[in-house]
Amino acid sequence: MPIKITYKLYGEKAILIEWQKEISTKISEDILMFASKIETKKDINIVDVIAAYNSLTIIFKDNILDFEKEIHQLKTIYNSTVKTFKKENFIWEIPVCYDLQFGIDLQEMEKKSGLSISEIVKLHSEKLYRVYFIGFLPGFLYLGGLNKQLFFDRKANPRLKVAKGAIAIGGNQTGVYPTETAGGWNIIGNSPVDFFDISKENPCFAKPGDFINFKAISLLEYQHIKNSIYKKTYTLSKYPVK
Amino acid sequence: MIKVLKAGFYTTIQDKGRFGFANIGVPISGAMDAYAMDLANAILNNNLNCAVLELNFSNCKFQFLETTTICISGADFSPKINDTLVKQNTRIAIHKNDVLTFGKINYGARTYIAVLGGLASEVKLKSRSMFKCITKMKKIEDGTILHFKQKMESPELSYASIKVHKNYFDEGLLNCCKGPEFNLLTALQKEQLFAEKYTISNDMNRMGYRLNESLQNNLSSIITSSALPGTVQLTPSGKLIVLMKDCQVTGGYPRILQLKESALNILAQKTVGCKIQFSL
Repeated sequence: MPIKITYKLYGEKAILIEWQKEISTKISEDILMFASKIETKKDINIVDVIAAYNSLTIIFKDNILDFEKEIHQLKTIYNSTVKTFKKENFIWEIPVCYDLQFGIDLQEMEKKSGLSISEIVKLHSEKLYRVYFIGFLPGFLYLGGLNKQLFFDRKANPRLKVAKGAIAIGGNQTGVYPTETAGGWNIIGNSPVDFFDISKENPCFAKPGDFINFKAISLLEYQHIKNSIYKKTYTLSKYPVK
Repeated sequence: MIKVLKAGFYTTIQDKGRFGFANIGVPISGAMDAYAMDLANAILNNNLNCAVLELNFSNCKFQFLETTTICISGADFSPKINDTLVKQNTRIAIHKNDVLTFGKINYGARTYIAVLGGLASEVKLKSRSMFKCITKMKKIEDGTILHFKQKMESPELSYASIKVHKNYFDEGLLNCCKGPEFNLLTALQKEQLFAEKYTISNDMNRMGYRLNESLQNNLSSIITSSALPGTVQLTPSGKLIVLMKDCQVTGGYPRILQLKESALNILAQKTVGCKIQFSL
């Protein structure tokens, strides 16, 4: 299907660029390419860019006076063949402890689905998940690629407190809560890794276009990794995307 | 320096906010009523990027440990220096050990205290605005010591003051632009949306205001896309949420309206039970 793009004014200072309503790697890559072309244009007054599954929102510093002119400029950037600095993408190996101590919804999910807990863990940790974008909370990755057998409806009553690092499934999505928050997803495990660490120059290690691979670890390994993160001696494993 | 004797309810340091970090999910933040903050900074001849204190309601008490000049703008909570009422929107001379308190709420919901030269708190991701997981403190606590960027020998006085039209606080009409999903609404829904006077519920904070009244709704969720301060979301139950400065950068509810910035400032001065009406 050819890519189709529309432009909408979004308030006084933003333009919403939308692709057709579908979630696909092809569209996501087109969005990220457009965003990186915009990044090279230092002469336009843009303060922020929000990428999502099928949209890119451009926030200008000042009120938009001439919408047609801005669209024309954006279209020119989109169609330009400017060489952008190709960011290297990585596969991040994220340790996850699926022990029942953390995976507090696993038993209920086992009952509902007929899958055993070890099958749920296997299906969840064998896939590569693509990072589409980061939103909702600082460091919350929107991941694509969840196995259909693991689609579970969100809980009817959201929990007021979900632990930092909780690995969860909500509908057709899976994700990691980067901080303690309220949440309605089914919790299947916990990762000791910090998904948002303001003390680092780059607070969020992952970026759109990267991949996440969850690796099952024992409670003992979890404690060990937690300790080395605390001592700042832990390094995440990553592999370049071929 | 300022010693915070009573921090009150969710007092924070705010500036223009944090731009350029939406790609790691970081909200914009910044003063809820940017107009009042700008006014306080401008009266002190500060750079408009200077950080100020944002107060919700009046239960706050501050002791100044050094000489400075301040300006208070926004809501009127009857500010007093050493038990003497002081004017807002003008320069106020502060001497060592002066105590600033607030009393009766006359109008508005948020007041701003700017100090000459600005507050000197930690800068995280190019902003001093407080936010959980980004700044060390998400809000000011009792006993916090606040530092100034500029030392002063004697206060800089001026007797001139700016008169702010009170209808800015009384106004219930919020000027909007059409949101990205506005055209998915039926003619009847649009009519109801602009005819209804909505009440601000008690589920309201720096992230968003939930409104009490419902709009008949059969729209489904959208594929997760951007959300901005001032975006009016229509939830599946028909309740409306107006997103405010600490809102998340993406969301899945249809975005039916987008408040103009002037309307966002007006709304920031409203609280639980206030009535508002949308206008295109």
